Amino acid sequence: MANKITQLTLKNGMKVMLKEIHTAPIISSWVWYRVGSKDESTGKTGISHWTEHMQFKGTKKFPASMLDKAISREGGRWNASTSHDSTRYYETMPADKIDLALRLEADRMRNSIYKENEVASERTVIISEREGHENEPMFRLTEAVQNTAFRVHPYRHEIIGDMADLHTITRDDLYGHYRTYYVPNNAILAIAGDFETKEMLKRIKELFEPIPKGATPPRLTRPEPEQKGEIRLSVEGPGETTFIQVAYRFPDATHPDFFPLQVVDSLLTGASGLSYKTSRLYRALVDHEYAVNVSGWSESTIDPYLYRITITNHPKGNPEEAIKVLDGEIRKLQDELISRAEITRAVKQASAVFAYGSENITHQAFWMGYVEMFSSYDWFTTYLDKLAKVTPKDVQRVAQKYFQSKSRVIGIYIPNGAEA
Amino acid sequence: MVKRTSKLTQPSLPGPDDIYREVLSNGITVLARSNFNSPSISMGGYLPAGAIFESDAKLGLADFVSSSLMRGTQRRNFDEIYNELESVGASMGFDSGVHNISFGGRTLVEDLPLLLKLLSESLQTPTFPKDEVEKLRAQWLTGLAIRAQDTSDMASMAFDAMLFEGHPYSRPSDGYVETIQSITRDDMEKFHRLYFGPRGMVIAIVGAIEPKKAVEAVSRVLGGWQVPGQLKASVLPPHKPLKKTVKRHHALAGKSQSDLVIGMVGPSRKGPEYLSASLGNSVLGQFGMMGRIGEVVREKSGLAYYASSSLGAGIGPGTWEVSAGVNPKNLKKAIGLIEKELRRFIKSGVTKQELADSQANYIGRLPLSLESNSGVANAILNIERYGLGLDYYQRYVGMVREVTRADVLETARKYIDPDRLVIATAGP
Repeated sequence: MANKITQLTLKNGMKVMLKEIHTAPIISSWVWYRVGSKDESTGKTGISHWTEHMQFKGTKKFPASMLDKAISREGGRWNASTSHDSTRYYETMPADKIDLALRLEADRMRNSIYKENEVASERTVIISEREGHENEPMFRLTEAVQNTAFRVHPYRHEIIGDMADLHTITRDDLYGHYRTYYVPNNAILAIAGDFETKEMLKRIKELFEPIPKGATPPRLTRPEPEQKGEIRLSVEGPGETTFIQVAYRFPDATHPDFFPLQVVDSLLTGASGLSYKTSRLYRALVDHEYAVNVSGWSESTIDPYLYRITITNHPKGNPEEAIKVLDGEIRKLQDELISRAEITRAVKQASAVFAYGSENITHQAFWMGYVEMFSSYDWFTTYLDKLAKVTPKDVQRVAQKYFQSKSRVIGIYIPNGAEA
Repeated sequence: MVKRTSKLTQPSLPGPDDIYREVLSNGITVLARSNFNSPSISMGGYLPAGAIFESDAKLGLADFVSSSLMRGTQRRNFDEIYNELESVGASMGFDSGVHNISFGGRTLVEDLPLLLKLLSESLQTPTFPKDEVEKLRAQWLTGLAIRAQDTSDMASMAFDAMLFEGHPYSRPSDGYVETIQSITRDDMEKFHRLYFGPRGMVIAIVGAIEPKKAVEAVSRVLGGWQVPGQLKASVLPPHKPLKKTVKRHHALAGKSQSDLVIGMVGPSRKGPEYLSASLGNSVLGQFGMMGRIGEVVREKSGLAYYASSSLGAGIGPGTWEVSAGVNPKNLKKAIGLIEKELRRFIKSGVTKQELADSQANYIGRLPLSLESNSGVANAILNIERYGLGLDYYQRYVGMVREVTRADVLETARKYIDPDRLVIATAGP
């Protein structure tokens, strides 16, 4: 994949990243704000996600009723999402219609209205969204593990927020959050697709440069103290299936250990985006019928976060047995050097996943802004090289350092039978 | 405005000039289209060996068979099959529906021969190893236990059961606990022997390869497959129309949200009204933020995070359904709002502006849906499955524009009768 991009910062501090791709008559435009659930204090949890919803309620120029339709009418696809570290909005449009997306994003960076009645109806929508999540045993378990793994750091709450706060956050809270964080000097505009850079840049400057720079947004800095011993918890709920989640602590995405840990992840639970039936944990747990499924999940985050292994217990299995098997596999990684071939395999898998991603322009635009949130575009372009440089000794060292029982949280979802 | 400074020539929609189609001597239809922008390949296809062949007592058999195909073949065991695939970052899987078993995969172009070899072995020489079948059965039963706790799945199942009573479409293709427990290895081998074969099989290859080379690659591994006695499915029985509105609630304790599905039979994919139904449905529950349904249930009333309508159009009678997830205490209110929208929809149809908006959306989004290799593979498989013609996407813009408000209204009135609805709900 060609990775040549243009990067610059406008006078008001907004960063712009442009990548020309002339494979299809499509352009994908993303605006990223450096604000997410990690910026939320107790009492205001979920405010970043709710603000994201409110950004679809319109401005004077683009009222909600029109906003909804304007993009769809042109055949565009648009949406937004909120993560721990960022809030992002995207439009993928036929190339000759992208101007609409640029005008809309420039306008709602500053001019969203936040009407009281819109806040009221969105409150119940978001409560309904949370109730939908709560229907899922895995959501309940994941939330409990996260709450337990972080006592101090705001990564402790779910992005959607606690129900208590969803009932009490006000219109002014939301509007204040918007005005504080939605300033150009806290934003990145990343565009990929079928355009000519000079022309695009001219238009971006016309639309975004008049937006005045804002005060540097405040940051909530509450580092998580070291965990001093394994923590266990259980969640009870309806169903017949037992789930186990084991969370280890992983460093932030720019830490040098991040890459050897990616190899560990791929050895334990498979490469992201591919099947994982030859991964070590699948073989040990599923092939040997302690579990019916196992998966791993790590995130690239600004602050140290978690690596979660989730096990769907075998109906006849005992969760303690499954945890013992998991421990055995971790011990193997700590005691025995892996082969060079296993690293080569992880690199080949990752390069295939990169090739699949390059078929899709939205995906390529996403990555530009995504990596900028915690690092820089180099992180993305050098990913495969960094993975290839990992040695068997690195893998052993990080397995020893990060996979210790004393710094993990184990959560078990205990079903209380099939009630009907 | 950003000027149009594209370096592309005409946006190329798949058509007779660049979709290569060849029928092998054993009946397999191969479709291929090149895209050299990325070194990857998307492969997909189907063969007519779906759940329509299974009895009520063995419900889930076709699905169980399709999931077992990669659990072991005459040449390779489960671990060897997946080791070959995963080592090169390729993937492949099988799924099953009422009519067909479908398959799909992706790979770097250099590993296409490997992917096709594994596809061919899985289709022709699966061995259904006893221990693997039992492992899969345990996984399957856990999946059914999880399904039994899912309000959305349970509402959908109740919907299909009521709408298609007595018809094969009423049955869940993943079966029930007792039917999955009753399926034996012999059942699986027999199902494979009787219904799997090259006749009616279709495969599409899209990506960084010349079409003729793609056909050769398929022919090399599947061209020699012969199954002289391959059985054909019987004709679908007619569907019984409803005489009045029917309702069913599936009780699930301990849930914070209820799911609802309200709907009726919709047109088949091949039917002449498909496009007018689809555009009408876009206005009803898709366009913008989930159309009129989204506007009323989510935006105005704040009752649901999701509330939309959809068409499920396939070979036989389709479905036209509205679904939403709401707080249990708002269930009645949401159903009332949806019924009211359906009545309004068949009374006055869609406005000129609404239709124009959805038409513009359908036309504008075409390049987006055809951007990735898998998007193109799905598109050309649909052309083949429903006999739409290789020039379908080139005629598409004209066909969309031709649909009138009167067409939409006539189609809506043909299918939607607010006094004969199926209303399925699941929750506390």
